[in-house]
Amino acid sequence: MIFEGKAWLFGDNIDTDAIIAARYLSTSDPGELAEHLMEDIKPEFPGLVAPGDILVGGENFGCGSSREHAPLAIKGAGVSCVIAKSFARIFYRNAINIGLPIMECREELSGIEPGSDRLKVDLEQGTITHLQTGRVYKAEPFPPFMQEIINKGGLIEYVKARVNPAK
Amino acid sequence: MTKATNHNHGSTNHGSTMVEKILAAKSGKNKVAPGNLVNTKIDLALGNDITAPVAIKEFERFGVDKVFDPEKIVLVPDHFTPNKDIASAEQALLIRQFAQKYMIKHYYEIGRMGIEHALLPEQGLVRPGEVIIGADSHTCTYGALGAFATGVGSTDLAAAMVIGEAWFKVPSTLRFEFQGPLPRWVGGKDLILYTIGQIGVSGARYRAMEFAGSAISELSMDGRLTMANMAIEAGGKCGYVQPDQVTFDYLKGRVSVPYEAVYSDDDAVYEKVFSFDVSDLEPQIAFPPSPDKVRPVSDAKGIELQQVVIGSCTNGRIEDLRIAASVIKNKRVHPGVRMLVIPATQQIYRQALEEGLLTAFIDAEAVVSTPTCGPCLGGHMGILAHGEKALATTNRNFVGRMGHPESEVYLSGPAVAAASAVAGKIVHPEEVN
Repeated sequence: MIFEGKAWLFGDNIDTDAIIAARYLSTSDPGELAEHLMEDIKPEFPGLVAPGDILVGGENFGCGSSREHAPLAIKGAGVSCVIAKSFARIFYRNAINIGLPIMECREELSGIEPGSDRLKVDLEQGTITHLQTGRVYKAEPFPPFMQEIINKGGLIEYVKARVNPAK
Repeated sequence: MTKATNHNHGSTNHGSTMVEKILAAKSGKNKVAPGNLVNTKIDLALGNDITAPVAIKEFERFGVDKVFDPEKIVLVPDHFTPNKDIASAEQALLIRQFAQKYMIKHYYEIGRMGIEHALLPEQGLVRPGEVIIGADSHTCTYGALGAFATGVGSTDLAAAMVIGEAWFKVPSTLRFEFQGPLPRWVGGKDLILYTIGQIGVSGARYRAMEFAGSAISELSMDGRLTMANMAIEAGGKCGYVQPDQVTFDYLKGRVSVPYEAVYSDDDAVYEKVFSFDVSDLEPQIAFPPSPDKVRPVSDAKGIELQQVVIGSCTNGRIEDLRIAASVIKNKRVHPGVRMLVIPATQQIYRQALEEGLLTAFIDAEAVVSTPTCGPCLGGHMGILAHGEKALATTNRNFVGRMGHPESEVYLSGPAVAAASAVAGKIVHPEEVN
């Protein structure tokens, strides 16, 4: 899978309360959640983010609560992929489980103009290309087991296939 | 850093940590090592009124007509309950109906319930050596009883409700040794805040945290539950204390089914061992907006407060209420402060009533509420306005955590919180006693 979109930069330790505040958790509709994505740390963000865009975080992206509403809100906004130096573990599981593409890239993505520069992400190759400069970054590969969940389109489909391999 | 090795094992065949042993046993393996991926049988799966509705939707995609075991699923409506609005009422309804349809044994309606992570140990649903997952990040609390317990998302919960299994990457383990007698006014909350301050919010990311040392041996079960609860605030996969007499005394009368306590081997391999002398530790405060911005209370003195919250899965247990009541008895909450006290379970509420603790809070002009997560996550029951500051015994102080994005939350243990409610600003408990 190859994605191309505008990049939005976020720092280290972006917590799930920042991604979607608890006051919006009385719904789990991705579209409704998306209207409040990153609202408390970047109030204008829900109006700026567009389908296909790519979020770029620092260390420990998605720390804090286990709320799956966080990756759901990101998915609901049409974000194609989240790249971070590292992910908090529950967010990492949740993103893979719901089929939100994520990539761990230890290298700092530098010189990117947020909201205008474009990135091209190749999930199979594990590469991230900064289209303005042509610079290519290499992402950490997924363990094969996780790649299988990703290939199946999420945990539910993966487990379904395991429970009922004939179908 | 490796702990001193030798004993009966060969030089290449070192021992295992408690978590490695539990994961091996429940995955049908003799031994596992950090980094191994395992499919593990789970003893208990937990959801609440925010995470279970999402899990139920996913569960229905399987098209199965039963859960793997109706006795091994726990559903607790505790976050936005008693229902704060219509949308929350609908979510609570969804899990109530699910519980009825699938005959979930451990569904706890309000009036019988409590904040999940205080409730499950209290009800005897957590036992040493077990594997527990919960669609709530503070599921790590149960490590205080020698279980492997970790937070997952709703989809993980949905799959577990069908197959009774979950996959894990075996974590490496960080060992934390706390030495020295605990000074007065210092408890489990101060130890864990100090630890998070030392290693940072991602210092234990993907790792298990083993708490040990003389200060832990002396620590009550309530204090241990507080510590394990906040392992996630350091990024930890779980936090635990190996079972000892304190554990067995706590389990007595609560647990009737057999269980097997599991211990780390003397020659277990730790990724790193930290040793903290806590004999002179001051009460600790986490400054906004991160649980690792931790400083001693003397550095926070004088910060004016508009709200104090004592409660949550972190510090809403009977010992916390006893400490807070002992500080506030015969005193009054400062006129500029709203103080909320939230006993974490119905049983704790009752006990606090019988011990006269609630009278002490009410006489001090504090609000006493039925169990709810409410203000901890900015849900309801004590939301902050723009510019307001709160001191809370809760677990997170992220931007907007308790209300307006421009409000601020400081974290502490119950003694500092109660004293500060009286003073109207952050103080050391000695200053009001």
